[in-house]
Amino acid sequence: MATYTSYPPKGYRVRMSTYWWLGRWPYLKFILREISSVFVAWFVIETLLQINALIDGPEAWLEMQDFFSNPIVIALNVISLFFVVFHAITWFNLAPKAMAVRLGGRRVPGILIAGPQYVAWAIVSAAVAWLLLRG
Amino acid sequence: MHKRSNEPFVWLLFSAGGVVAALLIPIHLFLFGVAFPLGWLNAPSYDSVLALARGPIGRAYLFVLCMLPLFHWAHRFRYTLYDGLQIKHLDELVNTVCYGGAIVGTIIAGYLIWRIP
Amino acid sequence: MAEQIALEVTRFSPERDKAPTVQSFDVPLRKEWVVLDALNYVKDKVDGSLSFRWSCRMGVCGSCGMMVNGEPKLTCATFLTDYAPGPVRVEPLKNFPVMRDLIVEITDFLEKLSKVKPWLIREKEKAPSEGEYPQSPEQLETFRQYSMCINCLLCYAACPVYGLDPLFAGPAALALAQRYNLDSRDEGKSERLDILSQHDGIWGCTFVGDCTQVCPKHVDPAGAIQQYKLTATQEWVKSLLMPWGGK
Repeated sequence: MATYTSYPPKGYRVRMSTYWWLGRWPYLKFILREISSVFVAWFVIETLLQINALIDGPEAWLEMQDFFSNPIVIALNVISLFFVVFHAITWFNLAPKAMAVRLGGRRVPGILIAGPQYVAWAIVSAAVAWLLLRG
Repeated sequence: MHKRSNEPFVWLLFSAGGVVAALLIPIHLFLFGVAFPLGWLNAPSYDSVLALARGPIGRAYLFVLCMLPLFHWAHRFRYTLYDGLQIKHLDELVNTVCYGGAIVGTIIAGYLIWRIP
Repeated sequence: MAEQIALEVTRFSPERDKAPTVQSFDVPLRKEWVVLDALNYVKDKVDGSLSFRWSCRMGVCGSCGMMVNGEPKLTCATFLTDYAPGPVRVEPLKNFPVMRDLIVEITDFLEKLSKVKPWLIREKEKAPSEGEYPQSPEQLETFRQYSMCINCLLCYAACPVYGLDPLFAGPAALALAQRYNLDSRDEGKSERLDILSQHDGIWGCTFVGDCTQVCPKHVDPAGAIQQYKLTATQEWVKSLLMPWGGK
């Protein structure tokens, strides 16, 4: 296997195992966070299916609702929901690390940057729910 | 003299997609994926959803909801393939599959949204 | 009879061995002892050929980094009693080639460190007679955290990206580049941007964040890298919108 080093490597090297991410909990959490992107993509596919049903008319819409009521699809969506929420929480919590906001020479505490995002999340979610539930 | 990478472009798309995914997808997935099919809440009728979707704001919202998370997936999945499957040497193939997939998805989304009656 | 604890140490002699092996030593379990004390006990009393790096034994020189039970640690700051009843597994720092026993080859890091130009870059140096470069406490505070790095390389052992891609610059080098970028006396932001905004510079980082967790000096290299991604992106947008902008 090709080695990438730019100088002749001395010493004993071990190739990193494909399952390196199972070795430690922080690594597993990281990979789960990254895998959440697959469930994000799945949601987009589902949304495209819904838009397609919208185009084809009320019968197609009912068929689409039947598809979503399939227990396997529901189970998949429950799992997706966990991953998407995991993405949201890790995303909001990591944002303060990526931004060094200074006020009056001191670093703004992380919670003041993460907090507003959670508030925005609650407001936006409530707005979407209200729009869809008012009938 | 190194040329500066153009990675910032895809990173911006990834970040924007991450924000949209974090703020909007949970509630959508909860409602359409769990609450409505299980009957916990009353699903909106075809007509009310169509009324929301067909306006210019509705179409723009749906486009953003589809496009940005796709590019978020593309970027993150690309690095997952590098780190998980260690196939960095296949990076041209990986980039094509990931960003190409996102572009194809975006085109499909754009077409479908345009065709909303 | 004092309590003992088993120390399982990696042994590797490149002249003799094809691959590293493990040798177990029983060392006294003294409540004030750190893993480094145990290693020195072995070297003094049991097997003088055990090879490892150490110096200050108080967490400022960065020499004694090793894997203790799979976690990157400074052995001078890791108490034996925390691992009682043991055994304590001591291995060389991960992601670096092993030269001998617990000693790793760190040339790769030193090369990457010099590549990011970790010194003050100025167009014109002031002569000492012209006076000092004044720096307010607020200006110092913007980069002080990143100056705390002792080059112990625990972050490189923790970083899976560095393990997978040895071309990656790595947490410490990038954090130290940021230490100079943020220093008010420095004028080298643009020069470093060319070097850092590369695929094996900051863009290889996927924000695993483990580097920050293991850093004994609370440098937060992950934060430094993400902040620099923002900076590099801002510069990229600026160069798009204003391509005539000078350096």
